[in-house]
Amino acid sequence: MTKAGKMLQEVLRSVGRRPATVRYPHVKVTMPADFRGKLAFDPAKCIGCKLCMRDCPAAAIEIVKVGDKKFEAHIDIAKCIACGQCVDSCPKEALRLTGDFELAQLSRGKLRIVVRPEPGPDPEPEKTEK
Amino acid sequence: MPDANLQVPIGPQHPALKEPTSFMLTLSGEKILKAGIRLGYNHRGIEKACEARTYIQDLYLVERICGICSHSHATAFAMAVEECAQLEVPKRANYIRSLVGELERVHSHLLWLGVAGHEVGFDTLLMYTWRDREVVMDLLALLTGNRVNYGINTIGGVRRDVSSEQKLKILEGVKVLEERTKYYITVATEEVTLAKRLSGVGTLSHDDAVRLGAVGPTARASDVPRDCRKDDPYAAYAEVPVNVITDNHNDVYGRTLVRCGELMECYRLIRQLVENLPEGPIAVKAPRKVPAAEAFVRYEAPRGEDVHYVKSNGTEKPERVKVRAPTLANVQAVAHMLKDGYLADLPIVVAAIDPCFSCTDRLIEVAGSARDGVMTWGQLRAYGIEWHRKRGVDFSSLNRNFRAGENR
Amino acid sequence: MDHSLAGVLFHILIFPGFLFLATIALFAEYVDRKLCARLQNRVGPPWFQPWADFIKLLAKEDLVPELVDRPMFAIAPLVALTSVVTALMYIPIWSPSALFAFKGDAIVVLYLLSIPTVAFFLGGWYSRSLFSMIGAARAITQLFAYEVPLVLSILAPALLADTWSLSELTKYYSANPAHMLFNVIGLAVGLLALLGKLERVPFDAPEAETEIVAGTLTEYSGKLLAIFRMAISVEMIVGASLLAAVFLPFGLNLGPAVGFGLYLVKVFAIVCLISLLRSVFARLRIDQMVSFCWQYVAPVAFIQLLIDLAVKGLMKGPVGP
Repeated sequence: MTKAGKMLQEVLRSVGRRPATVRYPHVKVTMPADFRGKLAFDPAKCIGCKLCMRDCPAAAIEIVKVGDKKFEAHIDIAKCIACGQCVDSCPKEALRLTGDFELAQLSRGKLRIVVRPEPGPDPEPEKTEK
Repeated sequence: MPDANLQVPIGPQHPALKEPTSFMLTLSGEKILKAGIRLGYNHRGIEKACEARTYIQDLYLVERICGICSHSHATAFAMAVEECAQLEVPKRANYIRSLVGELERVHSHLLWLGVAGHEVGFDTLLMYTWRDREVVMDLLALLTGNRVNYGINTIGGVRRDVSSEQKLKILEGVKVLEERTKYYITVATEEVTLAKRLSGVGTLSHDDAVRLGAVGPTARASDVPRDCRKDDPYAAYAEVPVNVITDNHNDVYGRTLVRCGELMECYRLIRQLVENLPEGPIAVKAPRKVPAAEAFVRYEAPRGEDVHYVKSNGTEKPERVKVRAPTLANVQAVAHMLKDGYLADLPIVVAAIDPCFSCTDRLIEVAGSARDGVMTWGQLRAYGIEWHRKRGVDFSSLNRNFRAGENR
Repeated sequence: MDHSLAGVLFHILIFPGFLFLATIALFAEYVDRKLCARLQNRVGPPWFQPWADFIKLLAKEDLVPELVDRPMFAIAPLVALTSVVTALMYIPIWSPSALFAFKGDAIVVLYLLSIPTVAFFLGGWYSRSLFSMIGAARAITQLFAYEVPLVLSILAPALLADTWSLSELTKYYSANPAHMLFNVIGLAVGLLALLGKLERVPFDAPEAETEIVAGTLTEYSGKLLAIFRMAISVEMIVGASLLAAVFLPFGLNLGPAVGFGLYLVKVFAIVCLISLLRSVFARLRIDQMVSFCWQYVAPVAFIQLLIDLAVKGLMKGPVGP
């Protein structure tokens, strides 16, 4: 049994309701707890095995030795696909994915992050170029 | 024009097509006399790229063949490699794979409903179905950590577990979606303008569907009960059997009904999978070097039967990976369906097979064609630049140095 | 209704001519888009969007393809715009008399309102692009489908009022408001025919975005596109005004301010109805649209005509042979 304007009721009801659109960026959207966002590196835990480099599908991470048992990570956020394989491959849990997904920058250089080993276990790359 | 028939190119760029394809139509007035199809605009060299990467890296590459069948490709590839390595995937992992697969099917079919509405000018249906699609995308983000390209597979099982909290959220989300889907089914069947646009359009008889090798909902709407989950059960489908939804309308309306029926079936399957999730590990350890073997796997993607073939040779990298996406099987049927149809029906007929040309475009070598040997990447690039220079393209205005033979 | 030269120029260019129409048309476009968005559970554009679109288009470069017949290409949008603006001069807005009235101006208004369709056809045909030619052909085919019901539905109340002048028609109905109720079916028919004329869903096959890119407007850009789009918006207002004048001519003799206010209410009510119809239907194919109009809409228009003839006969009956 076909009728014309089947959606009429639903459509009229929507006028009174709030729109389903999220007014981003004025309204922030929260992602669930284990959302795969920006990569974070803890230099204190890294042993330089480079398993993360071996397994990365996008060649986005590079571990460079800068001293005795000290390693820094060069992460290219533009190449990183946030798959988390490096997190799984790392035997020392030195890598983790944060929920930060607002990663746009105006210049490509800002997307290459270097996380240097500093005294104190600071996993957030605050002391890097952003 | 001396010829009374118009030659209209639909594509490669056209508002009706979500991805580039070329349909060269011969029109007489509004009637299509002949449709020629050319593919290949989305070819990215994925199969070749797979040979240069390890199995673990390939998993993520293969996942990105398509945005909406991504889990299908990843799971099929993982299953093929596991077969080569003779790994026994634990039950819990299989259930989780099927769960994400069914959620992906829900996602894909809701998206298709919206796209079908848009192609016939019914934008309201598009907006409403895509609004409700957000529910399933949020569920997938909760389960897997991303809204598309889920990355939940690994060789030997899955990477993430499902907690009881997540199970509750899934059941809640499915309840909401089921209600909304029932409403969309009534709209699709009762709205008179939709019925006029969808019925009698894109007819494919049962015999033609079998002859042209149609798969998925396209074939099932012509009463061909082909479904890999039933014919060749994989993952959890041996223990959680699937009812194959068929219809005998043989046209776009039938395909709509099949997809709506599959949505309801998905909700039932998701509930069963969540409630009967067995305990146990979520992965087995997979070797980095896979012994030499070949494996051929079929997976029921939302669009139909997805075939993966993997040949390993004892190293870390596969020797050959071949992907046959369902759209390649269905696209032969499209040329047949378009004949003697109206131009106005082309968008909906093409949309009715739920085309995913990203999945489809692979390299095909035509037998008997001449080959001048093999070029390296650098040589190919130099050849392309020289070809364009001969035709008068001036590269000096570009902001780079183009030197012939330069390797990247 | 000042008929001196300055007065006439004022009426044509400012009020209720071009400037007034442009403002109201752009505002109506905003109402249409915002309402459509809310019906689809979206937010919709801000109030200044149609103005912004118009100004942006005016500022863009006009890309005219090589094979195009330049004079026809450029004139088509202007012809469309001027004809609809002219049509408003004969439609009563704030009082039972329009600006310029004469015997038979209803027919002239109907002709003027069909000129935009012909302008679409010519513009699309002379664009020489495949998609625009198909769109142009569809626009003309659609004209054959909705024009007859539209004319019949305007004819019926005119028959009852015994006049071909829109101003006389509104004067008659202002004197006998109850007779408006006989024309309710005509209003429905007129609304459907107006949907066809404005090329709105479900009758927007001539500019089906997913099939023929943009139909007639495919090759247009910049200032010419701005004028065409303005013509389309103004056509909506003028069509709605025509329906309001013929089928809803109440409150016109309560003075210009009240009459004008009621006019705005009527026109925006019709615009809202058009938006609503846009959201609940899919697009009909051109052949389905033509057969729908001839199988259902035209017979209903005939029935309205018969009703009005019968009423007229009954009214005249007791008077004498």
